[in-house]
Amino acid sequence: MNVLVYLIPISLLLGALGLAAFFWTLKTEQYDDPDGDGQRILSDRWDDNPPEE
Amino acid sequence: MAAPISACPACDAAPLAEEQAGKGYRGNGMEAKRIMLSLPQIYCAACIAGVERGLAKQDGVRAARVNLTLKRAVLDVDQDIEAQDLADYLTGIGFEAYELDPGQLKATATDKHGKDLLMRLGVSGFAMMNVMLLSVAVWSGATDATRDLFHWISAGIAIPTVGFSSQVFFKSAWSALRVRRLNMDVPISLAILLALGMSIYETMHSGAHAYFDAALSLTFFLLAGRYLDYRTRAVARSAAEELAALEVPRALRVVDGQADEQVPVSELEPGQIVRVVPGSRVPVDGIVTGGESELDRSLLTGESLPVAAAPDSIVSAGEVNLTGPLTVRVTAAGRDSSLHRMADLVAIAETARNRYTSLADKAAAVYAPVVHLLSFAAFLFWFWYSGDWRMSMNIAVATLIITCPCALGLAVPAVTTAASGRLFKQGMLLKSATAMERLAEVDHVVFDKTGTLTEGKPALDALARHKDRDLQVALALAEGSSHPLAQSLTQAARAAGVHPAEVSQVTEVPGKGIEGQWNGKTVRLGRAEWLGANAVGQTATYLSISGAKPVAFTFTDALRPGVEEAITALKAKGMGVTLISGDVPAAVADIAGRVGIDDWQADTLPEDKAEFVARLGKSGRKVLMVGDGLNDTAALAAAHVSISPASALEAARVVSDIVLLGKSMEPLSGAIDMSKSATRRIKENFAIAAGYNAIAIPVALMGFATPLAAALAMSTSSVTVSLNALRLKKG
Repeated sequence: MNVLVYLIPISLLLGALGLAAFFWTLKTEQYDDPDGDGQRILSDRWDDNPPEE
Repeated sequence: MAAPISACPACDAAPLAEEQAGKGYRGNGMEAKRIMLSLPQIYCAACIAGVERGLAKQDGVRAARVNLTLKRAVLDVDQDIEAQDLADYLTGIGFEAYELDPGQLKATATDKHGKDLLMRLGVSGFAMMNVMLLSVAVWSGATDATRDLFHWISAGIAIPTVGFSSQVFFKSAWSALRVRRLNMDVPISLAILLALGMSIYETMHSGAHAYFDAALSLTFFLLAGRYLDYRTRAVARSAAEELAALEVPRALRVVDGQADEQVPVSELEPGQIVRVVPGSRVPVDGIVTGGESELDRSLLTGESLPVAAAPDSIVSAGEVNLTGPLTVRVTAAGRDSSLHRMADLVAIAETARNRYTSLADKAAAVYAPVVHLLSFAAFLFWFWYSGDWRMSMNIAVATLIITCPCALGLAVPAVTTAASGRLFKQGMLLKSATAMERLAEVDHVVFDKTGTLTEGKPALDALARHKDRDLQVALALAEGSSHPLAQSLTQAARAAGVHPAEVSQVTEVPGKGIEGQWNGKTVRLGRAEWLGANAVGQTATYLSISGAKPVAFTFTDALRPGVEEAITALKAKGMGVTLISGDVPAAVADIAGRVGIDDWQADTLPEDKAEFVARLGKSGRKVLMVGDGLNDTAALAAAHVSISPASALEAARVVSDIVLLGKSMEPLSGAIDMSKSATRRIKENFAIAAGYNAIAIPVALMGFATPLAAALAMSTSSVTVSLNALRLKKG
């Protein structure tokens, strides 16, 4: 059962990573326009030179 | 405002070049202004790209981003750019666009509450999954030190999560308890806190059962319901706000008696002079100082006949100027104007509505005491029977958890989300949370006339009755005018294939009519008093051909599409239908006859309308009021539930529970059916939740409940309830 010493922290860490990613998406307003995001993937506007942040 | 002189002349030429380089305009060094445009027609990727590309090419636009979900574009522009010009430009390149008043949209722009809920939901979801992982290990046979370790880790995750995510319930429960009421959040909070507390105690004493996962999944499922509920209302709210934001309040202020400047209505002060051009709405309360015209007061009083306005007439905000330009001295503007005084009425209406107890609260009022008494009784019984207070406590808490209010918490929002979504597609906007339940109870419908049953636009009567000569002359005179009667006459005559007579020297006399020369005779089209004609009892314009007896062209208000169908359907349901209007009896009787309403009242004042509705309510009827004008506002507020069309005055839309977005009245009866079936689903959901409890409670009381059983009961009941709500979409 000693393997648990590694596995539990790893599983918690991975979960926390997912949670951090979720926070980031929320902070950067990525749920504000679900319809638009679905359509924008079809646009070729920024294919050659992506916009600067 | 004067255009600021650009700091670097090259900047003005730069945007185009930079856009092609894929960079965009960085601004002229001054602070950017944020403007919003409504784009009702956009739907695809090409539209997004077209709008954004088109806007980026415009001078002074620094950034443009389209939000397809809200059908709206947000732009950062230089201070001197006018939103109206950009909207015109977009409309010109094929994307219908309207300016929005950003002040009205602030609430949706931030949307803090939604994000906050989503954050808590995310945290509880993460915690629930991790703790569930550990719990599965315990259920499948981990013992002794391993089990304790798992319980301790679970506690480490669960305690901060409950502290953060469940706050929503604690706060709501506390605010209910403080005023000595019980809502659904009281048993929820108690279940979460007791489950957590007992689990911590059990963990400290190496107990076998810990309910950390139950506390967390309870939080997660309920937050999901809460978020659904919030989303539904946020969509409706943002659409309602957009309707309000579309009317950008602007006025033409006369400076030094000559030049006009466009200013926001909020900047007007009493004593200033504003110009009201034909076709626009009077922005303030005031006294006419110059010009003659006619005013359409139908939104304020329900009268369909225009009234004359001349110097010294008193005008109110919300009236529409029809014929000649007027100058008006402001007596009250903005918050003090008659339009805004409606805010008081709205506040009264809101408190009256708040007295309505929603189905969820009714269920909570039954559920909470029953469950609390049961678990308390279980504790007493087992303590008396075994004398082991720890085991008794375990059983009591298990009872509380397993009767989880989880399904009850989801029962209402899952159904309202599905139903509001469907109603929204049919063009009905539910603004209030309990509107659906109240709509389902309606048994009497009261309609306003002008602007509600009718379009508020006159249509020419009995064209064939008139002589060709009269029609030809009238058409020639009417063609040049923007007066609604003249325009309607032109439209009807053109459609009937009438050719205009050759009339020369056509001039419009503001507030009176149109004059011209035909075959050497003076011909006039206009008001009865001007021509010396005897006025007929309905909306009419008169034609006189030099001395001959004047001819009257009468008009009736065109019915809103779908009105007859809606009223037939309502009557078929056995509902009472009443028409109540501020207009003259003849006009009201005519409309009542055409749509088939036997019960009608004319010449009513706004207070009479409100009192009539209130009296019906007192006699036990559940009244649905449909109205659009300022004179309906009090009645809309007094009714059990109220609907206003999108064309209604803002004050009327604000007090209404439901806004009809389309032009047609037809969805009305379908909406009542819909709300009835939604209410039925909600009740079914309560029955399902009760059914689960009927099995779970005896098991828990007998002491057989385990954390695994609790988790199963919680998930299955929540899923069943959600699936039942989804059936609504198909039906």
